[in-house]
Amino acid sequence: MTELTPVSSLADRVAAASPDWALRRAGGFSDRSIAWLFIAPTIVLLLAINIFPLIWTIRLSFTNYRGNRPNAPLKSVGLDHYQSILSDPDIWAAMQATAHFVLWTIALQTLLGFALAWLIDRKFRGHALWTTIILIPMMLSPAVVGNFWRFLYQPQIGLFNYLVSFISGVPPSSFEMIGSVKLAPWSIILVDTWMWTPYVALIILAGLRSIPDYIYEAAEVDRASSWRQFWSITLPMVLPFIMLAVLFRGIENFKMFDMVNLLTSGGPGSTTEVASITLKREAFEKWRTGYSSAFAIILFVTVFGLANIYVKALNRVRQR
Amino acid sequence: MSTGIVTAHSVVEPSPRAKAVAATLVAAYALISMIPLVWIFLTGFKSPPDSISYPPKAIFEPTLEGYCNLFTTRSRQSPEYMATLPPPASTCDEIARSRNMVIAGPSNYAPRFVNSLIIAFASTFCAVALGTFAAYGFSRFKVPLADDLLFFILSTRMMPPIAVAIPIYLMYRELGLSDTRLGMILLYTSVNVSLAVWLLKGFIDEIPREYEEAAMVDGYSRLHAFWKVVLPQATTGIAATAIFCLIFAWNEYAFAVLLTSGEAQTAPPFIPIIIGEGGQDWPAVAAGTTLFLLPILAFTVLLRRHLLRGITFGAVRK
Repeated sequence: MTELTPVSSLADRVAAASPDWALRRAGGFSDRSIAWLFIAPTIVLLLAINIFPLIWTIRLSFTNYRGNRPNAPLKSVGLDHYQSILSDPDIWAAMQATAHFVLWTIALQTLLGFALAWLIDRKFRGHALWTTIILIPMMLSPAVVGNFWRFLYQPQIGLFNYLVSFISGVPPSSFEMIGSVKLAPWSIILVDTWMWTPYVALIILAGLRSIPDYIYEAAEVDRASSWRQFWSITLPMVLPFIMLAVLFRGIENFKMFDMVNLLTSGGPGSTTEVASITLKREAFEKWRTGYSSAFAIILFVTVFGLANIYVKALNRVRQR
Repeated sequence: MSTGIVTAHSVVEPSPRAKAVAATLVAAYALISMIPLVWIFLTGFKSPPDSISYPPKAIFEPTLEGYCNLFTTRSRQSPEYMATLPPPASTCDEIARSRNMVIAGPSNYAPRFVNSLIIAFASTFCAVALGTFAAYGFSRFKVPLADDLLFFILSTRMMPPIAVAIPIYLMYRELGLSDTRLGMILLYTSVNVSLAVWLLKGFIDEIPREYEEAAMVDGYSRLHAFWKVVLPQATTGIAATAIFCLIFAWNEYAFAVLLTSGEAQTAPPFIPIIIGEGGQDWPAVAAGTTLFLLPILAFTVLLRRHLLRGITFGAVRK
């Protein structure tokens, strides 16, 4: 990767390069001030666009502020919003829908992703090309692609219903993926799995490739069955990679908005109304800014807390 | 990658039969997962009646109607008026007339696409520039609380975008940044800078310190050494990071749909609201989707060696 130029010739090259007077002049900075000079802009930007708004959100969450009536008198409501959120059945329904979505997508993507990675690791001819093709869905815009799935899911005219009926013999207009309460949660799980299985597969593939061959060779000498090799070598050594993939997918899907908003927009009723959709409705349709700010803070604390606990577990597995 | 001589008795080399089975299954998965994308591509060349026929048509007479409808707005006219018109000037004109319509003007797709380009490239440039400096700072100097700062930078990605959008919406309304490109560029820069710092720190960590130190022994200042030695060595990493930032900004929907409505609207919130007479104009939507996805296809191929690193924030390196 990095070219191994001998250090002396490199210094010559540098010396030969035309010196830039501006850099020369700035050369008087100490390392310490350069470090801050380099890092400060990023920190300032994040403070302005992330932290300041976060603090603002916390403040709003204690008020009755409404974004569509900025001039109405502001009243402090204390912890009322937090209390009513925790006893709001709609919020709990949204959390349940989110949990259903997150758990099933993770389960399906891990299983399929592992199978796919294991197959790709058989190193057949052309595996690199096929891997690149498989990776395409995860690079695409979830919003734009999710929107198109709405078309594929149309009963009668949609390709998905047609193919399912072609394979199973059920009439294509006898079921509605997006329109029925029973199937809608699965319609979003299916699209997410289609998009992100390659992601999980790619990370697990890196894990499989990190296992040195000699371990398998030693196991073979000890006459360990392939089943045994899988359980006591492959799985434990790939586990940190699986956990990392689960972490990233978990955080992403906990925040899920774009694909679901375009595919079902939370419907039918509120069957697929995941947390972010509820948040959007409260904040930008009902304009209950204070209330939705409190919900946003609860969501952030939840994802942050869960991720922290999880990372601790991940580090413990890694150290083993 | 092992390149050693593989003997018939090697235990780690799968048998030819295992390889053939694996190849078949992987190819089958790849082909099935491509069906929706192929369908998007095909639908873009269908006429509206063909696009909603039952059973779905895989073989049809291709037409440019979808692409014409994507870029134009049309209005229905009476046959008497149509008879007075001069002969059609373009293919799109001809197609519109065959549906008893005339082209009324350009649609909003082109300006939305341009917005996407400007916002994606500008925010990528800013994020990568800021990220390169910060990553070098974290990589080479003892920064107090470095781990906490790095974690803080990463944690900004854990907020649900809608939660971030609530105060940003209010803040931009006060500052007059609502529905402006500048506002979106600032926002996407701040989201991407966390990815850029994490990825670039990994890339810069891999460049031996001895390179700059040698240059500095020769009398070059730290900044000069950074400019002339580190940056050229980090080009690949910077390019890979830039493409990841570009893809994020290009694909982003949540902020775009909440914070832009006209002037600065990007393509992702626009494509789903392309409608024709009597509902969604699916060939036009498919055409818009195809054009929007094509650049990403090219980038995926370019990036394939660095993909793993990019999608895991540099946590997994090959």
